[in-house]
Amino acid sequence: MIDLEFIINTVSLGSLYALLSLGLVFVYGILKLVNFAYGEYIMVAGYAMHVIGQNRGIPWYVTMAIAVLLAAAVSYATELVAFRPVRTKSLTALIVTSFAVSVFLQNVVLITISPRSRAVPLPAFFSQTLTLGTATIPVRNLVIIGTTIVLLIGLTFVMKKTVLGIAMRAAADKFTTTRLMGVPANLVISATFIISGLLAGVVAIFWVGRSASVDPLIGAAPLLIAFIATVMGGMHSLVGAVIGGFVYGLLFNILSIMLPATMISYRDAFMFMIVILFLLFRPEGIWRGGYTEERVG
Amino acid sequence: MLTVQNLYASYGAITALHGVSLEVAEGEIVALLGINGAGKSTTLKSITGVLRPVRGSITFLGEEIANKSPESTVKKGISLVPEGRDIFGSLTVEENLRLGAFANRDRARYKTDLDEMFQLFPILKERFHQAGGLLSGGEQQMLAIARALMSRPKLLMLDEPSLGLSPTMTDQIFELISGLHERGTTILLVEQNAERALEIVDRAYLLTTGSLEFSGTPDELRRKVDIASVYFGGEDDDHCEVQL
Repeated sequence: MIDLEFIINTVSLGSLYALLSLGLVFVYGILKLVNFAYGEYIMVAGYAMHVIGQNRGIPWYVTMAIAVLLAAAVSYATELVAFRPVRTKSLTALIVTSFAVSVFLQNVVLITISPRSRAVPLPAFFSQTLTLGTATIPVRNLVIIGTTIVLLIGLTFVMKKTVLGIAMRAAADKFTTTRLMGVPANLVISATFIISGLLAGVVAIFWVGRSASVDPLIGAAPLLIAFIATVMGGMHSLVGAVIGGFVYGLLFNILSIMLPATMISYRDAFMFMIVILFLLFRPEGIWRGGYTEERVG
Repeated sequence: MLTVQNLYASYGAITALHGVSLEVAEGEIVALLGINGAGKSTTLKSITGVLRPVRGSITFLGEEIANKSPESTVKKGISLVPEGRDIFGSLTVEENLRLGAFANRDRARYKTDLDEMFQLFPILKERFHQAGGLLSGGEQQMLAIARALMSRPKLLMLDEPSLGLSPTMTDQIFELISGLHERGTTILLVEQNAERALEIVDRAYLLTTGSLEFSGTPDELRRKVDIASVYFGGEDDDHCEVQL
């Protein structure tokens, strides 16, 4: 059962979940906020593909690029309008704000577009498969792996080599001390929301790509996965988020082939059980990161 | 250069500073002394903008800086070596220094400043690619000072630089601070180790429970105040611990 097909599909699923978790942890690292509106950035990108996709004249890659940029723009806008005014207040205020943003964005598309799901046109290769020996692999899965490799290399470069990236890592560790270096708080926080939104946008392409449709509540499932994956991997570092994503993908696929057909619909219950075990026996996650818990003041 | 006038600061309901006034002239090295909880760090926090003062004024080079953000006070030329060193442990020495230079992002200047830091602290060159958290306490203190100097501050403020260091390392750090002063850096030094601080400073302020008790030259202070017994617990270090 553990064949090439399984391996590639698992790596692909893990890659998608790794990107998903990274986007959540980027903001968590700086603001110590689990942004419950994160799923809605994915939804926004999905609707962007739906709307722009109506126009057959626009090539698919332009549509996707606009969708990703829009997710980043909306993420940045929510930071400016909703999170910035309550940032120095309590953490509870931030979390409640993130729920409000989530509900608000869902209702915007509900009212302006439709409460029902809408089709998202995708390029042909998204539904094609490739045969390698005995393995049948969706081309989409290979694209996910390739995209993830490129993004992880890019992000590593930004975080290690640019001053802004170094400042973001420093701020996740010691926010006030980072400001004492002359790093503006707003710059760092805006940058994390933009990166978080970019990641949500990229994830959206592949998430929406599975069903080729989008609905107002599409963000809920990826948010939950990102949250669980980061709990398992470790909320306190970017590396932990990536590990958590891959572990989630692996566990999910193992459950899929191990569970008898009658129990497959309880797959999520098993995932939650594993999370409970993590919370009981290793609450800091697989990767023990170095972040402290200092909040933005 | 720096003038603090009638400064009041509080943490919630607890008032930590009751009208503190002090002054640092260009080229001077001034100590701010006092036991734990006297308000030394609170004064520095107010100057850097980490803590918003309730009342009072802070002017630096003729400009009012009370209520300014920490990032803007660095750009104006005030740099702080925080208490407990507070280096970025997960970042390398190089990355710590790069952040220190954030306020002036001039590539050529960064290189010159870096070479200067290597001369002052040869150990940092050796440890350049190591994580800051792996350095010893003394090395971390050197890194914290170097990081603060990378912004080319007009005023360098040090908060308890000798805290938790071995006597030999303490000697080295004090020597270094006097060296920096001789090179023309204006320094405001916060210390619990009053005896050592008085050896190198031009003037000193003594804080008790949020207000100024005394100000003058080290000689005047030694004459008028029994430093060892009353305020600093002398050899009895536990005395200070209790005051926490």
